[in-house]
Amino acid sequence: MYEFILPDLGEGIHEGEVLKWFVRPGDTIGEDDPLVEVETDKAAVTIPSPRGGKVVSVQGKVGDTINVGDVIATIDDGSGAAAVAPPPREAKAHTRVETPASCPVAEAAGMKVRPKTAGPVPAAPATRRLAREMGIDLKHVPPSGPARRVTADDVKNFATGKSAGAAAAPRAEKTEKIDRQAEAEFAAHAASAIPLLDIEPLPDFSEFGPVDKEQLRSIRRKVARKMVTSMILIPHVAHMDEADVTELEEFRKREKQRREGRPGGHLTLLAFVVKAVTAGLRAAPRFNASLDPFKEEIIYKKYYNIGIAVDSGKGLVVPVIKETDRKSIIDIAANIEDLATRGREGKLEVADMRGGTFTITNVGVLGGTGMMPTINYPEVAILGMGGVQEKPVVRDGQIVIRKMLPLTLAFDHRIADGADAARFVGEMVRQLSDPNLLLLET
Amino acid sequence: MVMGSLAQETEIAIIGGGPGGYVAAIRAADLGREVTLIEQREQLGGVCLTEGCIPSKTLINAVDLIYTARQAKRFGLNFGEAQIELDKLRQWTSSVVSVLTKGVAGLLKNRGVEVIKGRARFTGPNELALEQSDVGSIKFRHAVIATGSRINELPEAYDLPVWTSADALTLPEIPQRLLVVGGGYIGLELGLVYAGLGSRVTMVQFFPHLLMGADQDLVAVVVKNCEKRFEAIKVESKVTGLEKSSSGFVAQIEHLGETTRHEFDRVLVAVGRKPNTDTIGLDILGLSPDNHGKLEVTEEGRTSIPHIYAIGDITPGPMLAHKASREAKVVAEVIAEQKSGFDNRAIPAVVFTDPELAWAGLTEVEAEKTGRKVQIGRFPLTALGRARTMGRTDGMVKIISDPETKLVLGVGMVGPHVSELIAEGTLAIEMGATLEDLMVTIHPHPTLSEAIMEAAEVAAGQPVHINPARK
Ligand SMILES: Cc1cc2nc3c(=O)[nH]c(=O)nc-3n(C[C@H](O)[C@H](O)[C@H](O)COP(=O)(O)OP(=O)(O)OC[C@H]3O[C@@H](n4cnc5c(N)ncnc54)[C@H](O)[C@@H]3O)c2cc1C
Repeated sequence: MYEFILPDLGEGIHEGEVLKWFVRPGDTIGEDDPLVEVETDKAAVTIPSPRGGKVVSVQGKVGDTINVGDVIATIDDGSGAAAVAPPPREAKAHTRVETPASCPVAEAAGMKVRPKTAGPVPAAPATRRLAREMGIDLKHVPPSGPARRVTADDVKNFATGKSAGAAAAPRAEKTEKIDRQAEAEFAAHAASAIPLLDIEPLPDFSEFGPVDKEQLRSIRRKVARKMVTSMILIPHVAHMDEADVTELEEFRKREKQRREGRPGGHLTLLAFVVKAVTAGLRAAPRFNASLDPFKEEIIYKKYYNIGIAVDSGKGLVVPVIKETDRKSIIDIAANIEDLATRGREGKLEVADMRGGTFTITNVGVLGGTGMMPTINYPEVAILGMGGVQEKPVVRDGQIVIRKMLPLTLAFDHRIADGADAARFVGEMVRQLSDPNLLLLET
Repeated sequence: MVMGSLAQETEIAIIGGGPGGYVAAIRAADLGREVTLIEQREQLGGVCLTEGCIPSKTLINAVDLIYTARQAKRFGLNFGEAQIELDKLRQWTSSVVSVLTKGVAGLLKNRGVEVIKGRARFTGPNELALEQSDVGSIKFRHAVIATGSRINELPEAYDLPVWTSADALTLPEIPQRLLVVGGGYIGLELGLVYAGLGSRVTMVQFFPHLLMGADQDLVAVVVKNCEKRFEAIKVESKVTGLEKSSSGFVAQIEHLGETTRHEFDRVLVAVGRKPNTDTIGLDILGLSPDNHGKLEVTEEGRTSIPHIYAIGDITPGPMLAHKASREAKVVAEVIAEQKSGFDNRAIPAVVFTDPELAWAGLTEVEAEKTGRKVQIGRFPLTALGRARTMGRTDGMVKIISDPETKLVLGVGMVGPHVSELIAEGTLAIEMGATLEDLMVTIHPHPTLSEAIMEAAEVAAGQPVHINPARK
């Protein structure tokens, strides 16, 4: 008579739930035939019978919990009086670090097992890697090599269920879980608690057609963050107008021809706009400010540093022209030239980007009639320049053709109102319409 | 760098540019990740390149030539005494360091790793603040702490102009009488360098042996040679007082309750290193290092905060560059969502004394301590042809195996060039090789590597070049 005690299931598992008995009392069972299937919190384990014989009794109905160390079956193996086999508990004495070199279940079942040696399972590093990739714990893989070395083939056979004990092996899924947890934590960290804001995971677009993926990186990600911050934090209002730059363009082209090649000689319309903006900011200091929402105070900047949005090839960067109130248009043009070149070459330094108070984006040179720019947080306003176009306009009751520059000022409605913007832009339009005024008033 | 902000963002922030940090950076970048490496020093490469492995081995190699030339007298070759041009030796050492640190900078650059100079400290679970830097702060998704270790100070020597190993490596002078406090590998290596350059070296070791942790049968061979080269080796001794005197230092050395006073021109303190885990804001993260200042990590290199990893001298285990680099690759792979883990069976240890000492895997000391039964094969270099041709028979190779399975569990060796030989032993342990594997692999003749094969044969009871143990 043989009393079968539920063996140690490994990994500190002390109990399991009976899923299925493969035999009933009275049945005959062969050695190594499946006896019972037990579910632990790690995996479902099929436990084979260590002895062959007639099943006398089984303990535990399907759904019952059975404990390691309990007698779960009695088998008449012809050995006479009931002799309780010593519970194969040794494995438990090992600490986590010194994992036993054998699979306790298989061992209890009388399968061919390694004698216990301290230390890790012998296997080549590449084999270990393979097992790790397949989520297999080496100590459950029956070895075929000398000195009970586990080979790569052993691991593959185990994975495909060709080797004994395969079904019983709990798979290692721990690492996966941790990864996802870290991801989730990061997402939670990043998401803000805005009521009704509902950011759901994206669908799997590849279901609908082929896709490519690219990580949101460096400048692109920085821009993304800035834009979201700006759009969520700042109530944007846009004010639009057009400046008649016919005379200014004539003047600019003449001067440009004369000066080309000299510093600042590459006179662009942007240089004039920077100057006009500066004059506008002096008259309307609210557009040269920042709002500290925590302290609830408006910070007026007594300096005028105009940022210019530049397409750097790697993404949007905003180098800053410093102290535009103290510079001539030629100086400003020289500055723009330098920053734009370095921007395109990716040679801008941190210092070049710091300290801006107002930003101009000149997408117009690339085409388009107008745009709604996003404020460069924590500034208060941004001016978008459209492309200069010849348009029929009415002057003194006559339709004439003039060169028109569309302007859009997006501003922070927390600090400024529509009337402020209308005055600010109106003033700029007036100055850009007459080069003499720029000369006189800025 | 965009929009005038000094706050940067990155996917992986790596703190420290030593053999841990820079290797992690390269591997992670090669796996397509965005990496920012923060290093406080001007030069990359960490302690290893700037004031550790590389400069020390450069000097040791140079000084070995002095000894080799002296020995050549035996072969009928007389080179006379070496003329030491200290300036040139210094230049040579720093040129070696400089080539390598620039090399590291180049590798990082080519991989697109952003290197930021500055001193980093955690201000939150996803943010670092930088000091002495152009950049104010860095936000990250994953961080790898690779801040390494620094020199332990000797309380008796506070405020005194004693040398650290870093100082000694710059060769400030060749003192006539040098006291080396500490009988670990750094003390021994540097003691031998200065002895070779002409200093009279006294070594004081607190513990009963030099090179604690290594098997003493191996250490004995090194000690025998050191005894010839050093003025004195005082084990179980302690420096209990140190004063500046007109000519140098006066040291009180206590041995078994007796204190004696000795004069030295210079004192080199090499009493271990402590992990740089105390000044990087770990408290803010709620991470607490153990008693030795080390950060516990999982097999994947994660600290108890899953997206913060630690590698190198700050994690448990030996403080060695190659351990740092292996751990570095593991964490880079884990961050890149590959299945990886530090499951290495052996971390080889090498001491660049003369003769060299190296071991990997189980030592005899450990086997005894844990009561593990082992079968040991020792093969002395006196029985090896190649060692004879070199006139260097001071050494042996020993293989520690499992008596039942014959699995190679540990390899220890002492002798010339064993720093190179130990790799085979390490591979054997990693592969789960048996004695047989080493015995049937053909080892070229005549080389020192044959000693490994021979030692395996001894362990298996089938030696060729020494007599088998009588049954
Ligand atoms: C004299 C000597 C000889 C040695 N010889 C050998 C040898 O032969 N073989 C061997 O394997 N090992 C040797 N070592 C040990 C080896 O140098 C170290 O194990 C190895 O450098 C550890 O690498 P690491 O990357 O962990 O740290 P480190 O090399 O110490 O690098 C850490 C880096 O992080 C930087 N850092 C620290 N804190 C911060 C911070 N808050 N912000 C920014 N940067 C920071 C440091 O400036 C440093 O550059 C030797 C050491 C010494 C001192």
